[in-house]
Amino acid sequence: MNNFNNILETINMIERDKLDIRTITMGISLLDCCDTNGEIARQKIYKKITTLAKDLVKVGEDIEEKYGIPIINKRISVTPIAMIAQACDDEDYVAFAQTLDAAAKAVGVNFIGGFSALVQKGYTKGDKILIESIPRALAVTDRVCSSVNVGSTKAGINMDAVRDLGRIIKETAALTKDHESIGCAKLVVFANAVDDNPFMAGAFHGVTEAECVIHVGISGPGVVKVALEKVKGQPFDVVAETIKKTAFKITRVGQLVANEASEKLGVPFGIIDLSLAPTPAVGDSVARILEEIGLEVCGCHGTTAALAMLNDAVKKGGVMASSHVGGLSGAFVPVSEDEGMIAAVKMGALTIDKLEAMTCVCSVGLDMIAVPGDTPASTISAIIADEAAIGVINNKTTGVRIIPVVGKSLGDEAEFGGLLGTGPIMKVNPFSSEAFIARGGRIPAPIHSFKN
Amino acid sequence: MNAYVSVMGMDKKGIIKAVATVLSDNGVNILDINQTIVRGCFTMVMFVDLSDLTTDLAGLKANLAIPADAMNLRIKVQHDAIFSAMHTV
Repeated sequence: MNNFNNILETINMIERDKLDIRTITMGISLLDCCDTNGEIARQKIYKKITTLAKDLVKVGEDIEEKYGIPIINKRISVTPIAMIAQACDDEDYVAFAQTLDAAAKAVGVNFIGGFSALVQKGYTKGDKILIESIPRALAVTDRVCSSVNVGSTKAGINMDAVRDLGRIIKETAALTKDHESIGCAKLVVFANAVDDNPFMAGAFHGVTEAECVIHVGISGPGVVKVALEKVKGQPFDVVAETIKKTAFKITRVGQLVANEASEKLGVPFGIIDLSLAPTPAVGDSVARILEEIGLEVCGCHGTTAALAMLNDAVKKGGVMASSHVGGLSGAFVPVSEDEGMIAAVKMGALTIDKLEAMTCVCSVGLDMIAVPGDTPASTISAIIADEAAIGVINNKTTGVRIIPVVGKSLGDEAEFGGLLGTGPIMKVNPFSSEAFIARGGRIPAPIHSFKN
Repeated sequence: MNAYVSVMGMDKKGIIKAVATVLSDNGVNILDINQTIVRGCFTMVMFVDLSDLTTDLAGLKANLAIPADAMNLRIKVQHDAIFSAMHTV
């Protein structure tokens, strides 16, 4: 019999501190589904997804039952559709999104990611068609998630794509205006996007990945916060050590679940994404961890340093607990999905500018940020450019998931529902970036010497 | 398969009897028991062998839910691997 206190600790982590496995994501390659006939390509895609993922939800539920730990999401990521669809002559890829949506519904997963294009160095024919299809694709489907990679450390930043995506985000918001412009919550613009991210909305199955793999995304901000409550006032060495130990424990459970899912589905294990992913529920917030470290409110001076330490300690603890680590791995800061961040924004403590600084040291970017519906497309493009620059220069992944909520302005809130939460409308800089964005072209890749 | 049955709630007479009866009725062998009461709060962890289980895991949990509801307890059944994974390197 295991140590009595260890058993109680595990049970408390799950019952009281909301420890869960955030997602089991099956990555499926669609490279063999290309066809010159779009209809036939879509039939191949539907058949492949519904065959490989037919038991995904059932296996996830069986593991929940066996270990008594919730597995919140079962999801699918696929090869970026722009690569698959451009073999055909279709001039619109909305039908591909509808096929993904139908396949997701048939197997019972709540999101499918990969309505994506990788355009960091330039557009192919299919990339352009896919990006133009995004607003309608996200408006007519329920479960499809989209992402576009616009920059990388090796390629620089595609400023044509940055310009176009500002407009695409505005169009997506307009087409889903009856539902708080929620289409934009399913669209991420990345720099240095990773091939094996299991988290939505930015998941896709990279072309260097195997035929079919299982990735697991862990969670557990509540567990880290409770662990830190026991070391109040102690130096940062102790704080970092406590976070590492906690991350280790959380990740070990993720590895257990990943091994089991991989074995039961007969699909190789891919990676564990070591992420602290918050939810809008009280006690499941990354912001509250930062406050537990000693900040009065998330967003005040010191937040960037606290987040940097948290992010690093989570990785250090998690790496040893897992055989393969990947994905985004770190602390997420999605504003509308984090109860503490929502509160901090409402108090005026947390602004877009501070969030931008935070994204320099954490695993993602400006995530689930609701802004006024009348924000110009060029301002949104400029926000994307700033984030992409942070990612490209610092050799890390950054992303922007921003929602210009039609009809809402400062002081309002957008209610996205479920895990997407509630987004207080945040202030954007009122001065224009129009001429900057109108230039287009490509920002060259950065030099990797003379680092200062 | 070995598992842990954890029982938590306010202390009262007959908890162990009620839980052990359900386990016995479902073919579960109890290998070890650890139990404590802190400020009236009853906590028990049983290490059990499920190899002769006469129902499935969901069925056992449903049967344990009957005394849990009647006596206002929280009863969980979890495979032992989750505890070993978390607490041993």
